[in-house]
Amino acid sequence: MSADAATTVIEFRDLSYRVGETQVIAGLNLKITRGETFVLLGRSGSGKTTTLKLINRLVAPTAGEVRVNGASNADVDVTRLRRGIGYVIQEVGLFPHFTVERNIGLVPKIERWKEDRIRARVRELLQLVGLAPEFASRYPHELSGGQRQRVGVARALAADPEILLMDEPFGALDPLTRDELQGQFLALQRRLNKTVVFVTHDLREALRLGSRIALMEAGKLVTVLAPREFVKSSDPCAAAYVRAFGDGLDSVANRSAS
Amino acid sequence: MNVLRFILQNPTQFFDLTREHLWLVGWSTVLAMLLGIPLGILIAHRQGLSNPVLGGANIIQAIPSLALFGFLLPVPWLGERSDRLAIVALTLYALLPIIRNTFTGIRGVDPAVMEAGRGMGMTEWQLLWHVELPLATSVILSGVRVAVVISVGLATIAAAIGAGGLGEFIFRGVAMVDNRVILAGAIPAAILALLADFGVGWLERRLRPR
Repeated sequence: MSADAATTVIEFRDLSYRVGETQVIAGLNLKITRGETFVLLGRSGSGKTTTLKLINRLVAPTAGEVRVNGASNADVDVTRLRRGIGYVIQEVGLFPHFTVERNIGLVPKIERWKEDRIRARVRELLQLVGLAPEFASRYPHELSGGQRQRVGVARALAADPEILLMDEPFGALDPLTRDELQGQFLALQRRLNKTVVFVTHDLREALRLGSRIALMEAGKLVTVLAPREFVKSSDPCAAAYVRAFGDGLDSVANRSAS
Repeated sequence: MNVLRFILQNPTQFFDLTREHLWLVGWSTVLAMLLGIPLGILIAHRQGLSNPVLGGANIIQAIPSLALFGFLLPVPWLGERSDRLAIVALTLYALLPIIRNTFTGIRGVDPAVMEAGRGMGMTEWQLLWHVELPLATSVILSGVRVAVVISVGLATIAAAIGAGGLGEFIFRGVAMVDNRVILAGAIPAAILALLADFGVGWLERRLRPR
């Protein structure tokens, strides 16, 4: 399947973003296609999180545009835009005064779904992210870090958005939990086939989860490669990343690309 | 015990003054909340306004109460009725703790929670109503609690401009050099302050988010 034949869901056109004198993103052109897991990889300050926030317009560009499903995201109602895009962040940001059920059911509720439909959806989502139904009545402070992030993912999926934005969702978890959630993410993605944009600085995670990896450095897109190409890339920036993460990357990349 | 006997000998007067006192404190607290909470919300969202507004409320707080009553006396509509004037003055004093705590409570909401809400497509009003206010409620109420306790005490001064309240006993006692009468105003006022403190404190604990 070539990228050209597939449908473009998100497109960056000559996009730049600056804050005062600082050029955060410079001349970004990018197409993200339906059903892929597109990873934005880069070090802190490379502009990957900003790129993500440009999609749901938490950040507005200073030049150029982002098109979502063919329309510039500046032309559509920003609330509508965001309700159609799931958003997961590292800190999760669960509402501490709401139960798990109300957290997950929030977007459906403000979209005025019926109560029993919301309840059924919450149960379905809890099962989807691997949590027992009893969790519905718990509060966020009663959950572990991994459980909280599962709820965060369930909440993002609540209104069944086509696009999912994930900003280092597993970055704050211990290695075992992270591995578990990555595995579950892969299984989930095989089932749901969302268009996922995933930000990480962890090359291993990028190789394991991504169908394509965009490497960013100092606000610029360096290269976009499939995981298997990435580990063999002669690009100095990509090669530096591969060196820093050491041996055994080949097997990670090969497993995910199948 | 002389104090108690004095109160029992003048029950109607005691109840009238207590009622007046509660009237002054009640109205001024309600008005201060109606004014202070929206102002606190506003300055929590408009950074540029927070210094002038908090500064202004601070200055009001610094004016001696007797002087403030005096300043307001020549103001047309206010000067007509002394209880009206007293309520306005007490409202002004109650503003600072309420504005400041509303501001602090809302600014204290975890930015990650706000970002998640915004990213999910909640409007600013929905965020305010479903997230910021519920999470800030206990902090706002602790400001109200401070305001009420200050008001109960300050309302005794309102008797100086003829607005009634338990201050009447205090001023009369001072004029008569009779400690019994002073205490008949001061002790019930102190008890009212404690009760208000306890009551709002209870509410505050009940509404604290987990």
